Amino acid sequence: MEEAPRFPGESIKAIAKDVMYICPFTGAVSGTLTVTDYKLYFKSLEREPPFILDVNLGVISRLETIGVQSHGENSCGMEIVCKDMRNPRFAYKQEEQSKLEIFENLTKHAFPVSNDLPLFAFLYKEKFPVDGWKVYDPVAEYKRQGLPNESWTISKVNSNYELCDTYPALLVIPTSIKDEDLRRVVAFRAKHRIPVLSWIHPESQATITRCSQPLVGPSDKRCKEDEKYLQTIMDANAQSHKLTIFDARQNSVADTNKAKEGGYESESFYTNAELTFLEIPNIHVMRESLRKLKEITYPVIDEAKWLSNMDSTHWLEYIRLLLMGAVRIADKLESGKTSVVVHCSDGWDRTAQLTSLAMLMLDSYYRTIKGFEVLIEKEWISFGHRFAVRVGHGDVNHTNSERSPLFVQFIDCVWQMMRQFPAAFEFNELFLITILDHLYSCLFGTFLYNSEQERVKAELHTKTVSLWSYINSQPEEFTNPFYVNYENHVLYPVASLRHLELWVDYYVRWNPRMRPQMPVHQNLKELLVIRSELQKKVDELHREASTRSLSSSSDRGSSPSHSATPVHTTV
Amino acid sequence: MLSLGSGGGKSTKPSFVSYVTPEDMKIKEKEEGLRSKHPYLLPGEVVFCSANHVLKYTQEDVSQRGVYGTLLCTNFKIAFISDESASQETAPPFRNKLLSENDIPLTCVDNIYGVSDEKKKLIIGGQVKSKYPSKLIIQCKDLRVFHFSLTYAKEEEAKKIFQGIVHHSLEPKSLKCVFAFSYCETASPSQASRKSSLTLMFETKEDWSVELGRTKGNCKVSSANEDYVISEKLPQFFVVPFAVSDDDILRFLGKGIPFWCWSHHSGCALFKMACLPTIQEDGISQKYMHRMLDAVTQDQLCPVKIEDLSSCLPALQDLQLSYNKFKQLFLIDSTTEFWVSDMKWFSSLENSGWLEIIRQCLMKAVEIVDYLESAHTSVLIVEEHCSDLCCVLSSLVQIMLDPYYRTRSGFQSLIQKEWVAGGHSFLDRCNHLYQKEKEVPAPVFLLFLECVWQLLQQHAPAFQFSETYLTVLSDSINIPLFSTFLFNSQHHRDTAIKPGHPEAQRSPLNFPSVWDWSLQFDCKAQSLFTNPLYVEKPIQDKALRKTSHQKHQRQLSLPNTLSKPSPRKGFFKEETDNLKKIFLGKRISKWLNPTESSKELYESWQRKPLDYQGLLLPYLDGPSVRVWMQRYLRWVPEAQIFGGGSITTVNRVLELASEIQDLQKEVERRSCRMNSSTAWTQVYSGPPLSARLSSFPFTATHAWSFKPAIPSSIRQSLGSVSSLADKEDDDCQGSGVL
Repeated sequence: MEEAPRFPGESIKAIAKDVMYICPFTGAVSGTLTVTDYKLYFKSLEREPPFILDVNLGVISRLETIGVQSHGENSCGMEIVCKDMRNPRFAYKQEEQSKLEIFENLTKHAFPVSNDLPLFAFLYKEKFPVDGWKVYDPVAEYKRQGLPNESWTISKVNSNYELCDTYPALLVIPTSIKDEDLRRVVAFRAKHRIPVLSWIHPESQATITRCSQPLVGPSDKRCKEDEKYLQTIMDANAQSHKLTIFDARQNSVADTNKAKEGGYESESFYTNAELTFLEIPNIHVMRESLRKLKEITYPVIDEAKWLSNMDSTHWLEYIRLLLMGAVRIADKLESGKTSVVVHCSDGWDRTAQLTSLAMLMLDSYYRTIKGFEVLIEKEWISFGHRFAVRVGHGDVNHTNSERSPLFVQFIDCVWQMMRQFPAAFEFNELFLITILDHLYSCLFGTFLYNSEQERVKAELHTKTVSLWSYINSQPEEFTNPFYVNYENHVLYPVASLRHLELWVDYYVRWNPRMRPQMPVHQNLKELLVIRSELQKKVDELHREASTRSLSSSSDRGSSPSHSATPVHTTV
Repeated sequence: MLSLGSGGGKSTKPSFVSYVTPEDMKIKEKEEGLRSKHPYLLPGEVVFCSANHVLKYTQEDVSQRGVYGTLLCTNFKIAFISDESASQETAPPFRNKLLSENDIPLTCVDNIYGVSDEKKKLIIGGQVKSKYPSKLIIQCKDLRVFHFSLTYAKEEEAKKIFQGIVHHSLEPKSLKCVFAFSYCETASPSQASRKSSLTLMFETKEDWSVELGRTKGNCKVSSANEDYVISEKLPQFFVVPFAVSDDDILRFLGKGIPFWCWSHHSGCALFKMACLPTIQEDGISQKYMHRMLDAVTQDQLCPVKIEDLSSCLPALQDLQLSYNKFKQLFLIDSTTEFWVSDMKWFSSLENSGWLEIIRQCLMKAVEIVDYLESAHTSVLIVEEHCSDLCCVLSSLVQIMLDPYYRTRSGFQSLIQKEWVAGGHSFLDRCNHLYQKEKEVPAPVFLLFLECVWQLLQQHAPAFQFSETYLTVLSDSINIPLFSTFLFNSQHHRDTAIKPGHPEAQRSPLNFPSVWDWSLQFDCKAQSLFTNPLYVEKPIQDKALRKTSHQKHQRQLSLPNTLSKPSPRKGFFKEETDNLKKIFLGKRISKWLNPTESSKELYESWQRKPLDYQGLLLPYLDGPSVRVWMQRYLRWVPEAQIFGGGSITTVNRVLELASEIQDLQKEVERRSCRMNSSTAWTQVYSGPPLSARLSSFPFTATHAWSFKPAIPSSIRQSLGSVSSLADKEDDDCQGSGVL
């Protein structure tokens, strides 16, 4: 039997024959199990074509031994609880040495961080023609937004991560702010995460700024500099005399926070500011919700109770809350021409979800492949969403309560938007699924570590490959054939459960019965091919015509500007 | 290849955006000017009563503003004519020629509520109304909701219009009062007699022979019931096994006869049968049944399986009950109500049970398909009168197995065959006459359309017709004009359309069929009935097909992950039992487990790349059965996606198709006359994609006034997880949650 396929840099750690995979959909099957430092690879020749199960180790949340009955001599069992909504099970004979070895290796390499081993991203040696680390250049992105301008400046005040260790080196802050005032604001905001600009409206100059909660505490502490800072943010936008603060949390939770150091802006101290709570529950609630979702979708779906089971997970209800919050933010900017400040407690979870979703609604650039990569790099990675902690890369401690599928939830929201606006996004569903798969896989460096500072220290950009290198090397795979640039059109998804649906192709994809055989997109792709062929033919004929009449004007026919594209896609 | 437009290459370009050309607009504006004085009436339509200064609330508007106008009631419809002339933007892009935007056919009225002193009360017909409510809420069967205020109208007029509306839409009436009769007496026959030539009506022997020939069925067309001598329920002509004699048919007046529906290429066939009257002694009926079953097996040379629907599918009353609950979820009075009902959306859906009924029907149809397709066993569907769920099942089975029925003309022929000729009691089920004691209302035909919609949304490229076509068809049930939906059987129709007095020397009334779509829609609007995603012929290049299929199978998104097939050879259980033995009169035991039985059929079907011209199976797992958004949400303003919805995909394909056509033309032109200068004609006019609502083509666009739907307050319903909600995001002590 040939060896398992490997990536450059991947090495086999153990092989065991006669292991049984207990497939919940097609029944048990015997074959060879290979464990490498990147994946678990099971292949059985019992079926035609051979049955293959390929699980990367990064996706493993925990390994558990289970008792297996009724599988003959295979009396020992192993359940692999995965973060991506499946729990494959294996059965094997207890005593054999090779079996013991393979599961030892599995335990070791599934949790490299806990075993003092490098994450596989540091071993991966694949070369891609495109360098994904070059995708996000903060200065270029701010320039695209028209920054700096008279009100906003790109500041290097955090270039050594001294001001705030979870923020990026470059920050956009009001031009007029004085350094000593800034220090006061820094001290007044949780984890030093001061309000910084995320996005500016190209016409109204209304901005989205993000930050953490103010450290108001039970005694209603004030910080004049912070109040002034927010006033400056409001003044930077001449169109409105108000500033809206969106606190993502539930009002009651914000109150609890206030009782211990944290809190929220008081409307009486922050004049002209209005505070709105978006009532979004915290990371623990979200983790629990996804756990329930897994329970009702894997391995089998109870058809009769499907809808009420969905209700009981609250998963879509939270998606609804997030989308609703983002719609309110986007509407405030677009219709109200009002600047907004978004925060939760620390400003790296719900805040990132809300700002990035609102930006996706407001700015069509972020709906392109490149733009979406920039959005993730900027709002999530550089602004310190704690990926390592929330995902638990290579960490054996699966009970860690800081793990939470916040990023998954964000991508789900994007998918919901994509469903409501099938033509507004340049990327397709596979693009989103790919991103989520590599959120866990540890194949690429993109989602590793918690902050820019940590990444710089680990020399991530030189030692690992970016996910965008892989994706941008074959963009056609990830392109939505329906795409039409909506340009300056703001997308307002309908945040009603009537329009939300479980993302079956992601959450329930392991169930073969839920797998569509042929994407509708296939037909459109064929149409696009026909169109481009015809276009070529027309161009050819055009050229021929112009060579015939070449005596008069020789360069007209081949001029690309004149190669007449009638195929203007009207939005 | 995809179909480009409705009739292939030579037809006019599908224009999908501008249904109303500027010329039309001008005409319309003129019409509007006239109409404010005289309502637009159809031939034979008379105004019963009217009231001026009625206020119609505009639902989209939270501030409860409205427009003043005249509310009137004719023998066809309730109509509201606005005092303001409709502006270009508010005119619906997809206009029904019979009805204006604010017209409600009398038979389309579902419920009327009266609001007096803030109290909402259901109005029931038949009671003498001396008082009239200040506000009238009319809920329609096509799920529109109208709010009218009578406060500003003259008292006498208001009272009259209220009584008129209630009387004509909620009280029992005779069939002759249905508008179609006065329409057909008045309308010029040429207008009503155009028939769509491709649709088989199954009124003649020839139509049945054609169908028999097409499917290579081994049965005979029987004329035993010509002139309805045996049964008034049966059509004049039908198809039965050779061994069934005219005497057999006469014996129980057509009951217990296996009627042929369709033949599978393997030789087995689908039959349906009405139950024998139960009073018969067991011995006689059993012997009779054996003979009938022998007749079936003899011709087809394969065993037969009996499916008794009464034991496995819901009763008509349950259907009605379930649908009533379901539709309530979409009849929304206010924005507040929308958001409140949104909170418990999934549970409410489940509670209605409607989606579950759809699933059950599809599942049963798959079982029958399994017998025909894998076991090559004939199937005999049995139901009390074989004209309700029997029609649903037999039609679904044929759609899944035969791609002909997924074309528009095939689908229409199927409805003629199974429903119209099959004697479905459309009139009674639709409850058009409000004769409570006679009619058993149940949305059986709608249930069928719902099931077809599920198939359509799961396998769009397999259908020549679009979602819009199905929605419009479901609306047409409630327009009291089409012979298709107005009668309980062909005999019922034939007697009803006979002129009242024999000495009148008139030919029978010429009722239009619903398939005469030009009565309702012009060509442009009809182009929306064609599904641009339809794949007409299987793609020739098999190799290309295969690779693309495998590529898609690659679900995991790793740089070089191998495809993951789910291979297992399926063996089909052979039917060994003598099936006849278990058949005992009316009650037949259910003898197989539905979900497990078709598992292997699914597996073998899923292993192959999907052939849109081949067998089509529905996905039935929880998330796959969905709500028919277009039909149910099109009038709900809060649910509109501005610039989105699945309609955008369709439009994109249409756009591409027309670009390709243009390019093709250009290639042709250039190959002929090389020297001509380029003059591109723009294909496209009308509102851009981003300025349309997801309910397109059913509601007008309001680009300037669009506001995202935001509920006034966000309520939480956290339930059991509230303890977690209070936790700090980053408290590190918590453990043991997983």
